[in-house]
Amino acid sequence: MTDAKALAVTRWTRVSITAVAALGGLLLVLAFGPAFLGADLTDRLTTLFIYVILAAMWNALAGYGGLVSIGQQAFFGLGAYAAIRLSNAGVEVYLALVLAPLIVGLLSLPLSSFALRLRGGEFAIGMWVFAELAHLLVNLDTLIQGETGTSLIAISGFAPDARRAFNYWLALAVMTVVVAAVFFLLRSRTGAAIQAIRDNEEAAASVGVRVMATKRLIFVLAAVGCAAAGALQLATLITFQPKTYFSVQWTAYMIFMTLVGGLGTFEGPILGAIIFFAVETLFGSSGVWYLIGLGGSALLFSLFLPRGIWGALSSRFGIQLMPVGYRLASPSRARKPGSAG
Amino acid sequence: MWLDQVLQGVLLGGYYALIACGLSFMFGILRIVNLAHGSIAVLSAYLVWVVAEQLKISPFLALIAVLPVMAAAGWLLQRTVLERSLRSGALTPLLSTFGLAVVIDNVLFQRFGADTRSLAPDIGDLAFNSWDVPGGGSVGQLALITFGVAVALLVGLQLFLNRTPLGRAIRATSEDPDTAELVGIDSRNVYAAASAIALVTVAIAGTFLAMRATFDPYTGPTQLIFAFEAVVIGGTGSLWGTLIGGIVLGVAQNLGSQINGQGFLIAGHAVFFVVLAARFLMAGRSPRTLLRALRGASA
Repeated sequence: MTDAKALAVTRWTRVSITAVAALGGLLLVLAFGPAFLGADLTDRLTTLFIYVILAAMWNALAGYGGLVSIGQQAFFGLGAYAAIRLSNAGVEVYLALVLAPLIVGLLSLPLSSFALRLRGGEFAIGMWVFAELAHLLVNLDTLIQGETGTSLIAISGFAPDARRAFNYWLALAVMTVVVAAVFFLLRSRTGAAIQAIRDNEEAAASVGVRVMATKRLIFVLAAVGCAAAGALQLATLITFQPKTYFSVQWTAYMIFMTLVGGLGTFEGPILGAIIFFAVETLFGSSGVWYLIGLGGSALLFSLFLPRGIWGALSSRFGIQLMPVGYRLASPSRARKPGSAG
Repeated sequence: MWLDQVLQGVLLGGYYALIACGLSFMFGILRIVNLAHGSIAVLSAYLVWVVAEQLKISPFLALIAVLPVMAAAGWLLQRTVLERSLRSGALTPLLSTFGLAVVIDNVLFQRFGADTRSLAPDIGDLAFNSWDVPGGGSVGQLALITFGVAVALLVGLQLFLNRTPLGRAIRATSEDPDTAELVGIDSRNVYAAASAIALVTVAIAGTFLAMRATFDPYTGPTQLIFAFEAVVIGGTGSLWGTLIGGIVLGVAQNLGSQINGQGFLIAGHAVFFVVLAARFLMAGRSPRTLLRALRGASA
């Protein structure tokens, strides 16, 4: 028997305090990025930030909400489309890029009460069907001219250097906001509910967790996040061809990043996004073999390392950089890893 | 005019029922939504195409040669991927089969390139011959054969599950694998056999896809979506519902195509959502109980 008084529940550890401080410092340095990074590196990091957003959102859905969606490209495409529409209506272009994801978020509310009634595989492909439908309907818009697409013309009003820096800051800001949103969500009371749902939905409902409301929160957050990523992609590419935005490829990337990094861990998707970014930089030009490699890795990780690289490391060594869980600490014994993660 | 479109839609529905058959069977027995379903159908289409081209034989004969290969592939798929996925939770099969689909599509692209192919030139007159329907209009011979094969396959599967020892073993294992083991059923082998049967039906569907239309390495996901829509519209887990679902989908698409160039796909997806919404509304405030009843209480 362990003496209960000798045990204490803690959230912060020395490692996590150091990690959070280091992360804060890193973000501060990154905020001055355009001043010292150079044009090419600034663009590349903007892309990395977009990947981190996508991975964090897909992980929130699948890793915490138990919702595997093959249709997140719907929100990615709609985010870009909404930005085009707003800008065309005369809204200042960077304001349009910020407002677009919020509008998509509003749209996802009614969709959520429908989609969340689907379970497992039905939800997965149901969302895919929604993405296909959204793609087809956007194609009908005369402004878009079908698959020909259009451009975010207003953004060309900025000088290339200014545009590059603004895109970078916007991507950095959105990434910080969505990752922080997941962080505070997991630390809040809702976080406990989310993890209870992930582990066993029926059991969670039976102890009074509001399953539907909690899942809806995650669903809408993921919609806003993916839409913001789509709007950012538009800001960097300028052109909008529906096919490239509504491609299921985006969801394949999200699945790869989340699975390899660590599904259901906070740090995993960030690691996964960095790995994906590196893999793409090294092998992206090898075309089809690169895609075979991505699909093959997703397959192998889901079979043999379902909690990904980070999940394996953190359960092996008991590390958790971000204090999202609870730890049981006793002064006399070694610290044990928390069950939540 | 409209009546003819409905008739063509019903026949198209036969193809959807055929492609949905394996998806529905696998979901009903193994409780897996196989996201590689469409890609496996296209893989079979390529296999049949290669055999038919190399040996200069009819695609129907080539299909007979491909069937045992796909059955073996189904067995392997269950043993290597699905069985392991199911052990680590209900969501893992979705992730692993999606990864598998990406691999299959791109390996096909690597091997065969972006060219579209078709088996239509290999079946001669059958590709375009048709019979006149009394009162105007006509039905394609191939479309009617496809419909007939779909019905035969659905009836065959139903009889197989109800009347044969293996069919009974499959149903028993699907209900409760542990109890099935107690009465001497090797559940691993039974599941693998069910997966083999599912892939045999997928191979047949892939061949008809290749005969009635063109295909390329990335045709798979679209076929998965059509198959899935047919299964859900008809009511998950029921083989007969799959036929009805396919017909509803086919009719909606054909009528949609009369309205707008993209109306074919839009109407198909729209009818899918309308049917789902109607089902949720009819179930009042407890859609979960209805879904559970439809799936036969899989928990």
